[in-house]
Amino acid sequence: MIISAAKERTRRAALLQDYRSVFLVGCGACATACKVGGEEEIFATQEWLEELGHDVTGSAILDEACHIMRAAREVRRFRDQIAEADVLLVLACGAGAQSISECSDKPVLTGVDPLFLGNVRRFGQYEEKCSLCGDCILNETGGICPVTTCAKGLLNGPCGGMDDGCCEVDPERECAWVRIAKRLEDLQQGVFSRVVEPKDWSRKFKPGQHSIERTPGSRK
Amino acid sequence: MSRFADLLISGNFVVTAEIAPPKGADATAALAVADKLHSVDAINITDNQGACMRMSPLALARLLIDRGFEPILQLTCRDRNRMALQSDILGAAALGVENLLLLTGDHPRFGDHTASRPVFDLDSVQLLQAVTQLQDGIDMAGNRLASIPRLFVGAAASPAADPQDLALKKVQKKIACGAQFFQTQAVFQRSRVELFMETAQTYRVPVILGVLLIKSPRMARFLNAQIPGVRVPDELLERLDNARDPLCEGIEIAREMVSWAREYCQGVHLMTFGREELIPEILG
Ligand code: SF4
Ligand code: SF4
Repeated sequence: MIISAAKERTRRAALLQDYRSVFLVGCGACATACKVGGEEEIFATQEWLEELGHDVTGSAILDEACHIMRAAREVRRFRDQIAEADVLLVLACGAGAQSISECSDKPVLTGVDPLFLGNVRRFGQYEEKCSLCGDCILNETGGICPVTTCAKGLLNGPCGGMDDGCCEVDPERECAWVRIAKRLEDLQQGVFSRVVEPKDWSRKFKPGQHSIERTPGSRK
Repeated sequence: MSRFADLLISGNFVVTAEIAPPKGADATAALAVADKLHSVDAINITDNQGACMRMSPLALARLLIDRGFEPILQLTCRDRNRMALQSDILGAAALGVENLLLLTGDHPRFGDHTASRPVFDLDSVQLLQAVTQLQDGIDMAGNRLASIPRLFVGAAASPAADPQDLALKKVQKKIACGAQFFQTQAVFQRSRVELFMETAQTYRVPVILGVLLIKSPRMARFLNAQIPGVRVPDELLERLDNARDPLCEGIEIAREMVSWAREYCQGVHLMTFGREELIPEILG
């Protein structure tokens, strides 16, 4: 899921200082799971805003803020409360925030900093394992992604900073290449058996767009 | 072919040193350091070393050539994408730079621009491959070059890194991609030099051993804490701590390292950090 962190309260307060009334938008998917835009956080934010002297005209927690059409449909149900507001404060990832700005003429602010596509280790602990590079090499790396879990995204083995099997960037973390080597067991396999060519980053040109019908792999 | 390449290929024991470009637009002080290095065979010019922003090493390399020195231009993958790397390499060749050392590069986390975006579009193996291909007259996109650069291309090795089989695997890939010599990080244990060379000598690519002058116990601890891939072992820390004159002890340690190089490798790469006048003593 998309991992986001709440912006600090001082930053949120500064963002909102020129607006009196606020409508709050949360998201029932990732933002709820990582505790930045679920029911609890929307409620707490509402209380806090009222303490600061803002009017909260209402709030909505969308099923999936990133679903453009559904988000628009849900937002429409709150059109009266939104009409009364000077601004919408979205507590969801940047994709969610943009579904909202696409369907509303009001100013839309975001109260979170989206971080990465993350796995959940346990509650409140998230790890980035895939950075969606568009050219997946997992089949050759024992299922461990060097693009993301090596701090430099190297494709041909460890850098000179590997120290006692740990990463130069974070000595608490095992070097991704050590993990890959353990998983592959011998150094003749997969990514170790050949020189891996440079990545084709054209697959990642922004903004990403994808249509299932045009993907060869999705045809039967 | 470069003088340095000639020396290595004809089996000589070589001595290299290194200079960091200045933090500023005036190279006078860096050139003054070079003036103390007339006795070495080639001078590495570091590339934003330790991820700290400094003058372009390409510019300093050319200034050194103008004064009759032979530079080894270091290039890392941290700050440039494949286009910028290839174009700098063509530019280096046009300016008379003949030796390259191609590196991954320290992560920006260690440097003075911690907010900068790390590039790593290529890794060091892929960069070696690209330079080999440029010397065949073809760029990474498959386009023909109007003229071909002639270069002597080296790479880094880390004999002290664990697990060593992984580090060696990377050395093999580098050789397969055209590495013509290796310069190693500083290795403080004879056994590690021995072990590494046992395998590396079978590859028949010259290895230049990194030798670092430790000037004080404080410096040793700084290296351990701050410099990726450099590890001063406890017994040396103890020696430095107990020495009446730590600098003398540091010189002694460096001399021991040089003797291992003479035994096992084909050269030394000296890192003396402002004490270049001690080089004859270290080599002696
Ligand atoms: S290689 Fe890594 S970043 Fe790329 S798609 Fe696979 S898991 Fe994701
Ligand atoms: S130590 Fe390992 S994980 Fe860390 S940057 Fe180097 S190769 Fe990548």
